[in-house]
Amino acid sequence: MEIDPLIFRLSIFILSIFVGYYVVWSVTPSLHTPLMSVTNAISSVIIVGAIIAGLSGNSESIFNSSSIFGFLAIALAAINIFGGFLVTQRMLAMYKKKKKDK
Amino acid sequence: MISANLSAIFYLVSGVLFILALRGLSSPETSRQGNLFGILGMIIAITVTFLSIGNFSSGFIFVLIFILIGGSIGAFIAYRIPMTAMPELVAGFHSLVGLAAVFVAISAFLNPEAFNLGTPGNIKLGSLIEMSIGAAVGAITFSGSIIAFLKLQGIMSGSPITFKGQHPLNAIILISIIVLTYLLCSTQSSNLFWILLFVSFLIGFLLIIPIGGADMPVVISMLNSYSGWAAAGIGFTLENTALIITGALVGSSGAILSYIMCKGMNRSFFNVILGGFGATEDTSNKSSKEQRPVKSGNADDAAFLMKNASSVIIVPGYGMAVAQAQHALREMVDTLKKNDIKVSYAIHPVAGRMPGHMNVLLAEANVPYDEVFELEEINNDFANADVAFVIGANDVTNPVAKTDPQSPIYGMPVLDVEKCKSVLFVKRSLSPGYAGIDNDLFYKENTLMLFADAKKMTEEITKNL
Repeated sequence: MEIDPLIFRLSIFILSIFVGYYVVWSVTPSLHTPLMSVTNAISSVIIVGAIIAGLSGNSESIFNSSSIFGFLAIALAAINIFGGFLVTQRMLAMYKKKKKDK
Repeated sequence: MISANLSAIFYLVSGVLFILALRGLSSPETSRQGNLFGILGMIIAITVTFLSIGNFSSGFIFVLIFILIGGSIGAFIAYRIPMTAMPELVAGFHSLVGLAAVFVAISAFLNPEAFNLGTPGNIKLGSLIEMSIGAAVGAITFSGSIIAFLKLQGIMSGSPITFKGQHPLNAIILISIIVLTYLLCSTQSSNLFWILLFVSFLIGFLLIIPIGGADMPVVISMLNSYSGWAAAGIGFTLENTALIITGALVGSSGAILSYIMCKGMNRSFFNVILGGFGATEDTSNKSSKEQRPVKSGNADDAAFLMKNASSVIIVPGYGMAVAQAQHALREMVDTLKKNDIKVSYAIHPVAGRMPGHMNVLLAEANVPYDEVFELEEINNDFANADVAFVIGANDVTNPVAKTDPQSPIYGMPVLDVEKCKSVLFVKRSLSPGYAGIDNDLFYKENTLMLFADAKKMTEEITKNL
């Protein structure tokens, strides 16, 4: 008997939760704000679904009720991707060590 | 067009890159590289999506246009936002992830063929369940984050909004979401889908309004977690590994942060979520205490005390963020260091409005991160320090948490500020903090209250040093 592919996805999901658990506990508390902004950015990988939705129209009608929602989702996710990664970059650039020459 | 197997492998690669992005945050040195891994993972995921659809028709142009529009808005915000507004920004971003998840779910519901999920009115059962979960959680994330955003911006009052029958109402709505999901899956009716979305928006709104301003660190972390679960739900619908991995990572990350924040306040998660902290406080026993004498001083006294100290510990709190005093504070510390005074910073886990809020502000003011310490690292040092400089913090220094079992904050880990030889407390008035209780520290023999705006006071002290 064949195993339902859903089981494989479920396995990936559960294992990723554990990976996330251990990885996030090792994040230093001083970087918890960048952690939130970067998780924000990466969860916007939902844009891949939005792109599929946006391109679901055919050549005669690019815009149908389904693809319009897709395009809107693309814009929202793009705000998050660019905003999230850039603001994280900006924050992380500020974390500096003590200068030795004083 | 690339094969489904090849694109699945690339999605896995981008999932792994996202794990490395979070892994990088274990230390500031590796964090910048980690962020680049994250960006790379995102580029791979988007490129592979284009290649796997392989349809470079006119629709493709519109995808690029919308990415460009969203991207420039995002980039603009990222460069312009002041660091003090980071909690609002993160709450705002969460709402966008939630709404994007809702839109993708709607799109998939209206046109399931595009996603290989069946035909309208005859969507595969498993996909429909996943889609409903993704859409419902996304909607809750959206409306909840909007409320959190409004509260943090001060557009909506930060105090808890409670009304009679709140909890039963929420319980009924939550049950109705489950019932609606069940009915939706058995009937495939689009009306039920819209009702489900509406009810989910409503519960997100109702869940967050009773939660007060200082509990925002928990709320933001929780919504962070929700945005991850929403993404994972959509990931199952789209059978996309990158999205499933990311959703799980973000979901557990937010959950851990909520746990850390709750522990920092010695409150259970449910206690925070059920809300109304501070509102239930009886005010009768407070008025008698307010007559107690306090010693207050000016910038000159403070400068004198600090000049004669050999070590100073700074305790920043949300008030520092409100007054934008971090740069003035750093200048004061620079002057102290020139006089060979040892300075370190003590950060309470729930100081500010989001996890790590104070650390970012200090980093912005060019404070080296190796001078900044967490509660457990520094708490024993207060006994050996000469001066504690409390700027904008209150409840997290209250010794009552250790001594009075009757107090609502009893058992909460606090900074042992009172063990210092002298305490300087910058505050605008004697008013109690968020927990609604008096801070015993105000009335201690060795406490000097500095009644002023945090930024102005700090600047004046620097002048007097």
